[in-house]
Amino acid sequence: MMRDRLWYGVFLCGLAPFLWLVLLAVTDGLGANPIERITHFTGDWQLNLLLTALALSPLRRLTRKNIFIRFRRMLGLFAFFYVCLHFSTWLVLDQFFDWNDIVRDIVKRPFITVGFIAFLLLIPMAVTSTRKMVQRLGPNWRKLHSCVYVIGTLGIIHYLWLVKADKLVPIIYGSIFILLLVLRLQVPQWAKNLPALQPQRTGAQP
Amino acid sequence: MIIKRPPDIKASEITDKSLYLRRREFLRDTALAGLAVAGLGASARAVAGTGEKLGNVKKSLLSSPGEELTPYEDITTYNNFYEFGTNKEDPAANSGKFKPQPWNVRVGGECNKPGSYALEDFIKPHALEERIYRMRCVEAWSMVIPWVGIPLGDVLKRFEPNGNAKYVAFTTVMRPNEMPGQRRAVLEWPYVEGLRMDEAMHPLTILSIGLYGEVLPNQNGAPLRLVVPWKYGFKGIKSIVKVEFTSRQPPTAWNISNSREYGFYSNVNPQVDHPRWSQGKERRIGEFLKRKTLMFNGYADQVASLYAGMDLQKNY
Repeated sequence: MMRDRLWYGVFLCGLAPFLWLVLLAVTDGLGANPIERITHFTGDWQLNLLLTALALSPLRRLTRKNIFIRFRRMLGLFAFFYVCLHFSTWLVLDQFFDWNDIVRDIVKRPFITVGFIAFLLLIPMAVTSTRKMVQRLGPNWRKLHSCVYVIGTLGIIHYLWLVKADKLVPIIYGSIFILLLVLRLQVPQWAKNLPALQPQRTGAQP
Repeated sequence: MIIKRPPDIKASEITDKSLYLRRREFLRDTALAGLAVAGLGASARAVAGTGEKLGNVKKSLLSSPGEELTPYEDITTYNNFYEFGTNKEDPAANSGKFKPQPWNVRVGGECNKPGSYALEDFIKPHALEERIYRMRCVEAWSMVIPWVGIPLGDVLKRFEPNGNAKYVAFTTVMRPNEMPGQRRAVLEWPYVEGLRMDEAMHPLTILSIGLYGEVLPNQNGAPLRLVVPWKYGFKGIKSIVKVEFTSRQPPTAWNISNSREYGFYSNVNPQVDHPRWSQGKERRIGEFLKRKTLMFNGYADQVASLYAGMDLQKNY
């Protein structure tokens, strides 16, 4: 992929939340409970980037511009980056390698179970995100990567199950996710009548 | 603000907020110096207290000894007070419009002296005490807070509860105009809480009107809140306008919201997990490693007898 100005711009956007987090950390800006703050922050940004990545192909369809699809892999990988931070924050900062508690939580706490499964499922997707892997896997690549909808569902359930009483934010995430899913499955009639899409540049996109 | 009494303890002996603020400033300045070297600038957190000193506060022997106090800034910027929003920073950010003065407390139910009392009159007959208590939140974090308050039991006796009074019920003020969180039914408003009579009369149970020697900030439950140190923090109902003696166990806000997760007693108990997370450990605010949660939040010697013979797995 060509690394033009736009590429660097989008890359910087994906990295910006992390840089902000680092800035907060070095300026004593994470509040009274920094570990909780980092956990929530990285969890939120994993969902933000996952949903943004999922919004790209409906956006392409609506605008008939291929430009959006160019950044799907990058944003997907950023989502993976934030989920890695999220998971390691829990493992290292929150539990501090207390393996007994970690295993017990994964088995016993449903919200942790689903979050953990979502994290595991993201790993093969990240590993197979290179162009070589796309070519090698052929049609199986698409099958594997449609896992993203399972991951999104699990991620939102994870959020929904962990909040105490105020379910507003996870419900907003869930609604956006369902909307994107519907847009994917159900191409509206008016969109079908639009001129055909440009042929794609790589084999990676559906 | 409230009482004038001959001082029996010097104001200087009461835990001084500025000491803790200075410590925080030092940390912040160090961080900023580091950033300046890197050529960056940033704004750090700054908190102004209510600034209203409470006079004639006695130290109490019932304070928990040997605990390092949680900094004033953390106590006043990291709050669960859903009436001002559900994020921890919301109460400090959204409680500026709230008016804790003037304030009235209605007392009613099974007692001989019901009535409506101005806060000053409600507090006046009692000597203010500083009580340093651990506060364990049901979310598995904890603080050590130097409250200023009066024993609830001494207050309740003045209203002469009768033989039918088995419980005390408390109600938070309902002011959606000043409390933006009340405009959304996250919980059933107004917030209600309750104690069994013997819990309410226990010497550790206090009504608080301040912390760090100053008038209680809005985000911490101004002007009057309950503190029950062996129970999870949400039992400590804030901005109280009503106290009622009842013969039956009163409803409580979190129990109404989710009875499987939040019981009437809600005693701190490391052996009874929240259905969704462990209560075995807690993070003390300001510390990195978690500590073990203690039975009744470390107050077992004083309060365990209240629950003798009760199944605490069932009565969670």
